[in-house]
Amino acid sequence: MKIRLSRENVRGEFVKKVEMISGEDLLKCYQCGKCSAGCPAAFEMDILPSHVIRLAQMGQEEELSKVNSYWICLSCQTCTVRCPRGVDIAKIMEALRLVTLRQKNQNKVEATALPTELLAELPQIAIVSNLRKMSG
Amino acid sequence: MKPRIGVFVCHCGLNIAATVEVSEVVKAIKDYPGVVHAQDYIYMCSDPGQELVRKAIREKNLTGLVMSNCSPSLHERTFRNLAASEGLNPYLVEVANIREYCSWPHQGDKETATKKALTIIKATIERVKRNQALVPLIVPLQKRVLVLGGGVAGMQTALDIAEGGYPVTILEKEAYLGGRVRQLDRTFISLESAPDLVNEMIDRTLKQPNIEVLTTAQIENLSGYVGNFEVRIRQQIPWVDPDKCNGCEACITACPAEVPSAFDRGLVTRKAIDWTPGERSGDKSIFLDHQVCRRVTHQENCTACQEACKEGAIAYPEDRFIEQTYGAIVVATGHDLYRKSALTEYAEDPDVLDALQFERMLAEDGPTGGKVMRPSDGKVPKEVVFVQCAGSRDPDKHFPYCSKVCCMYTCKEARRYKEKVPDGQAYLFYIDIRSTGKGYEEFVKESVEKERLLYLKGKVSKIARQGDKLLVLGGDTITGVQVEIEADLVVLAMATVPNPGAKELARLLNINTDPYGFIQEAHPKLAPVETLTAGIYLAGTSQAPKDIPHTIYQAGGAASKILSLFSRKELVHEPLVARVDTEICAGCGYCRDNCAFQAVDVDPIRKKAVVNEALCEGCGACATACPSGAIQVKNLDSKQVFDMISIVTQDYSLQP
Repeated sequence: MKIRLSRENVRGEFVKKVEMISGEDLLKCYQCGKCSAGCPAAFEMDILPSHVIRLAQMGQEEELSKVNSYWICLSCQTCTVRCPRGVDIAKIMEALRLVTLRQKNQNKVEATALPTELLAELPQIAIVSNLRKMSG
Repeated sequence: MKPRIGVFVCHCGLNIAATVEVSEVVKAIKDYPGVVHAQDYIYMCSDPGQELVRKAIREKNLTGLVMSNCSPSLHERTFRNLAASEGLNPYLVEVANIREYCSWPHQGDKETATKKALTIIKATIERVKRNQALVPLIVPLQKRVLVLGGGVAGMQTALDIAEGGYPVTILEKEAYLGGRVRQLDRTFISLESAPDLVNEMIDRTLKQPNIEVLTTAQIENLSGYVGNFEVRIRQQIPWVDPDKCNGCEACITACPAEVPSAFDRGLVTRKAIDWTPGERSGDKSIFLDHQVCRRVTHQENCTACQEACKEGAIAYPEDRFIEQTYGAIVVATGHDLYRKSALTEYAEDPDVLDALQFERMLAEDGPTGGKVMRPSDGKVPKEVVFVQCAGSRDPDKHFPYCSKVCCMYTCKEARRYKEKVPDGQAYLFYIDIRSTGKGYEEFVKESVEKERLLYLKGKVSKIARQGDKLLVLGGDTITGVQVEIEADLVVLAMATVPNPGAKELARLLNINTDPYGFIQEAHPKLAPVETLTAGIYLAGTSQAPKDIPHTIYQAGGAASKILSLFSRKELVHEPLVARVDTEICAGCGYCRDNCAFQAVDVDPIRKKAVVNEALCEGCGACATACPSGAIQVKNLDSKQVFDMISIVTQDYSLQP
């Protein structure tokens, strides 16, 4: 894989948006890998959480759109709690989801399409998380 | 007088006693000719052990001691001091090493070890019988210091010594003080102006009454030894008289010799006669660089500048020579950067700079007045790539070592670039970021966040010109991708190498260099400011790459070593040196040719070898080289050696 770096992507709209939504400074991360080391969902991810942050630092929107990692993220915040640089990685994952959803303008789940029986059975927090994660 | 020798056999706990039957040895040696006292003890070096030796010296009136214990490097001094305090000449004490030479290598073979211990002791007894009572040599000490190099290392050492009250001479080969630091823009991590920092130091140096500064001066010859180095200095007398020069620049216009400016790293040219590089703008003076003047380089009788000068300020006097004796010398000759052209995969291009060139560009007193621009077209670069480890950490092609300062100065340069070009982007390729000083890691992290520096882990494999841009092919090993950047400017953090001429200087001073030409310290941990030649010390990057704080530490270390040396009235030298029997010496000079310390010479008139006892280390190379046995080492002469050999070989039959 080859990427081309320039001011257009390193300091581009995508980076700015992710930083604005998450409220985090991507360059604070120095790639120690502690988040990846302890992520309980990493085994299902295409690339590790630290790898996701790295691609975001380099403004690689296109590459990031191909991976499932931030969709697999459980928002359990284990990474956030353990990060030595105080980066809220869970927030960045959430920002990546939001950026993707907003940009593509597509909902992965339609609230109205959910059967009433299912909604009655599901815990409320699960419904809220699901909608936050899968809809824009 | 009949010898009265005492033999003391140490158990060294079980180190000796487990392998050598100590009591047998004492029993066997008690009646050996010349021995009047023999005794063993568990630890002879302990206080009770030493007391036994003292008691025997007093009561038995001993004339020599054979201490049968560990290596002389451990306790020879202990027992010689003990003898001296009891009124026995210390040079009548010898060590029979029955630990390293006997009990350790023969563990488990008691019979052989005991026999061998006895042989070693007997041989040592024979040696002691012929030992002479010697007195230490007193060597005068010239309390004056020569510092080679007028950078921060040299100036700091000189200041520390001068403030201690001793005269110091600084030799600087350039026309200005300040060295490499004078070329810098700012220093990490305070981002303090480097010229301000160094100019303050230069002021203090010039105002310090104990310091004499000789610029455009080099050491020409050296002889002598610690306390008494005879030095011949060659100094170029300035060809421009600063009192007469009015700075009209007529000479500069007239000068036909135009060369790349070494101070500005070739970013601009200068004339052979031009403003002194590195001087503050306020007191700029015109200086004629002999090294590039056609009178010197082409042996021409060019007088263009003299003719142009209306003030008659220019003359061409010959170099002057100064001879002076110094007690100690400090090598502070600094470093250079490895040449860019050695990295053939990186284009030789005007827009590919080395770190010092970029530093000159950032510097307000530099050729661009501190404006960052591409040398090729003067445009402000918006995408700048910094390449660390350019030649460092590359054992296959260049240098295996880490140049230590590049991580920090690259970060600083990228930060300064961003301060000057806020809409630019800096990319920094690195293998590891080594920010190991106080506050250094914080500086790097702060710079990354503040100036949005993008660090990329990996070496750059190629830099190629592509139209208006430089195509940089690198990688990011964290994500495992290849990276391409179309850069406007590339800055290479070239490996730190010793200043050219360091090897030649080392040869002249008779000190060692490491395989890369840095001056070798006497011990990497315990003697990092000393060389193996007594009286020659080290400071700064001539020893190894280091930053300013470490240079200042080392300079202070070297200065304190010298002040401690100078706190003595005179120097004491071991009397175990070579001695020439002039009745036998034929003046062939084999001894002189074999001496590693230049301690022996042949008197041209008397045709006899002469030993400089202050230089002689008593190694015995001369004694083995001498065809007639005229030169001998005191207390280890050929008679003593043959006596010892006779003991060792007495069990062997001469018959085939």
